[in-house]
Amino acid sequence: MTITLDEAVALVTLEADLLDHGQFHDWLGLYTPGGRYVIPIDPDAEDFENVLNYAYDDAAMRAKRVERLLGGRSISAAPPAQTVRLLSRYRMLASDGDACTLRCAQYLKELRQHRERDYAANVTYRLVRTPDGLKIDLKVIRLLIATEALTAVSYIL
Amino acid sequence: MSDQPDPRSFLSADRADGSIYNDPALFDMEMDRIFMHNWIWVAHRSEIPEPGDFITTFVGPHPVIVSRDRKGTVHVMLNRCRHRAATVCEQHKGHTASFVCPYHGWAYGLDGALRGVPHQNGYGDDLDKASLPLVNLRVADYQGLIFATFDHAIPDLDSWLGAAKPWIDLFMKQGAGWPVKTMGEHKFTFPGNWKIQLENTTDAYHFPIVHKSFLDSVDQETQDILNFVGGKGFVEDLGHGHSVMVMIPELVDLDDNLDAPIPERFLELAAQLAETYPPEKVRQIIRAVGGSGFNLNLFPNLACSMAFFRVLRPLGVSQTEIRHIAIGMDGGPDIANQARLRLHEHFQGPMGFGTPDDAEAWDRVHRGALAGRDIPILLNRGLAHEEKRADGHLYSDVSAETGMRAAYRQWLAAMTAEPAGETVA
Repeated sequence: MTITLDEAVALVTLEADLLDHGQFHDWLGLYTPGGRYVIPIDPDAEDFENVLNYAYDDAAMRAKRVERLLGGRSISAAPPAQTVRLLSRYRMLASDGDACTLRCAQYLKELRQHRERDYAANVTYRLVRTPDGLKIDLKVIRLLIATEALTAVSYIL
Repeated sequence: MSDQPDPRSFLSADRADGSIYNDPALFDMEMDRIFMHNWIWVAHRSEIPEPGDFITTFVGPHPVIVSRDRKGTVHVMLNRCRHRAATVCEQHKGHTASFVCPYHGWAYGLDGALRGVPHQNGYGDDLDKASLPLVNLRVADYQGLIFATFDHAIPDLDSWLGAAKPWIDLFMKQGAGWPVKTMGEHKFTFPGNWKIQLENTTDAYHFPIVHKSFLDSVDQETQDILNFVGGKGFVEDLGHGHSVMVMIPELVDLDDNLDAPIPERFLELAAQLAETYPPEKVRQIIRAVGGSGFNLNLFPNLACSMAFFRVLRPLGVSQTEIRHIAIGMDGGPDIANQARLRLHEHFQGPMGFGTPDDAEAWDRVHRGALAGRDIPILLNRGLAHEEKRADGHLYSDVSAETGMRAAYRQWLAAMTAEPAGETVA
């Protein structure tokens, strides 16, 4: 059965809520075992494996990232920044049986050590229907300022 | 000149005054005396491999174009039209036959020669194009590392690098027999002075403290290798502000110890490589993928740091840009370069498991150094057992601040030097 826009939006909204509220272990469960979480540098990058990214996380790296944020042993993430993010401008680029590609805008505000920062991004998801429900198989976060100098990001975009 | 601070007053042999990080007048002096009168690293050969290739970057605060002309000669030129000073190029990198100023259309060749001026008859005889090229800096390279300077009187690059050259040779063995190439970069800023970063690349002491969460994320064998504080490594003062910090002595010469066992984390990669390469080559590639066991600090803005280039750029007295440039094997196996990219992403960059914690520490130094007056920054670690060996170089243990003292000695020499000669601009 084709994945509807409502179903897709419900999943990515849940992801945003979990990340803003620090429920990182629950976040891990939203992905397929082979799923990827990618933050490219080059705006045109598609072959992520062969280029340098900010993040190119498989399941193991996602789990390590969560451990780092919750472990209290990283000075830049103890505590992690607080974030509030809004997702909007949803468009279903393709939806074919058990998979779909959803694109949206993300606007995120960060607060850490009295400093506010914000990041705008285009986010593309590949979502797949599994026996355990709809899962994220690929999330690509294209930061508007990806090619500029960033500051430390000790949370999950 | 009387309104300039006295650099000597900020520094003694083993300590610095906290204001060395935040005095704006001192910063202005540094931009002149250090960044206009020393060799500054600008690019790696692989960033401009072909004639017509260029990148834009900075020498201190000065925007420059690094280009390769038709004959293959590299030029480093101020990015400033000779007419009304507009930058002639705003692309980060590209390929071109000329640089045309967008304001009035003055056109320059890849070597900076002024080729064309629209409606030139408006100047009558009062425009000598030959005397108005883009201002060329002095350029030299070593092992693909391209440096430039405004100063035509300082000694040549070979003598400036001096004892650092053999270490550069060793660092480039990460090509595993292929040339080293750059593979992208992580660029980020932190709110603090550039010298805080300069110190960090020769600071082994912080590693097990700041990078606990990184160490948690790697296997036990890698943790053991990175447990180098108190180990057999050392810091060596190489002169001219350069220093090397050897953290993992077994990984100094990557062509040595080729019969050592392959680390467990690389076994799968080794098995894949073995389908194409003979055993000896597989071991050479694997050792190259793992990176070098030392950080080579080249004063003032480049470090060849284990497996990447660290480049710093002062943006202001309290703002610094850092680039961590990934490197790999130009022509080497894709799977090996992919492994290097993943290792780089794991530690480096604004979302790495290492860099954000470093940046937090530098940020804290910047803010803490604003507290109080006349409180020294200590630079004396390892001094008690520092020794001058037969080669005339100072050595101490791996976590010594010998490299920082070396950098600050050069800093002081540069800051107090009488201007030796003409600069080009």
